[in-house]
Amino acid sequence: MPILKIPTPLRPYADGQGSITAPGKNVSEVLEFTLEQYPHLKKHLLSDDQQLRPFVNVFLGEENIKELQGIETPLKEDDILLIIPSIAGG
Amino acid sequence: MSINIPPHLLQEIHTQGENAYPEEGAGLLLGYEKDGIRFVQSLLMLENAREDTARHNRYLITAADMLGGEKEAEQLGQSIIGIFHSHPDHPNLPSEFDREWAIPWYSYLITSVDVGQAAESKSWRLLDDRSGFFSEEIITREENSLKT
Repeated sequence: MPILKIPTPLRPYADGQGSITAPGKNVSEVLEFTLEQYPHLKKHLLSDDQQLRPFVNVFLGEENIKELQGIETPLKEDDILLIIPSIAGG
Repeated sequence: MSINIPPHLLQEIHTQGENAYPEEGAGLLLGYEKDGIRFVQSLLMLENAREDTARHNRYLITAADMLGGEKEAEQLGQSIIGIFHSHPDHPNLPSEFDREWAIPWYSYLITSVDVGQAAESKSWRLLDDRSGFFSEEIITREENSLKT
């Protein structure tokens, strides 16, 4: 099954897990499974309209899924996804 | 909660804020946390990736830079524990924009730079419900002086 790696700041909302093995044929299914298992992650990953917050990036290896097929990007059994935040402020 | 930043690293942060003036400078704090205290061991200076016209009051660290930062931290045996940025001619308080984009857990070190001179730094963390920030104490000791 694909693995989703959780960055340090979000681990407290995933019971301290650094990586989650999640069933899913695409990124959307992996995220859906993860948020069902760890609902406290939702407020930091999703905005009020249930879309990924703008600073939340998901990488498949070295590639941002925005450059692939977004959350519909298909996954293989041994793929590793990383959640990488972009940081902004003013 | 507190964060220890050795004086020479705090000085580097101030210098970067002054060099970036009148734009905002930014970078990553690398180190570790132990017994509720964060220890900054090194800095990763980054380019402000915002477009030219917005860099006076906005900063952006791209996901690619964060990915690079994670790798560098791992090689050093450290972790990304926070972000620093400067507020040119503005208090070192988090803005509403800072709050909207804030990541939980990270320390947000903000340095006010007044007329090109770094004035003071304060460190903040996002509240769990994302409603605002709370401040954390800044300690400035060399790491060797903390070892017993």
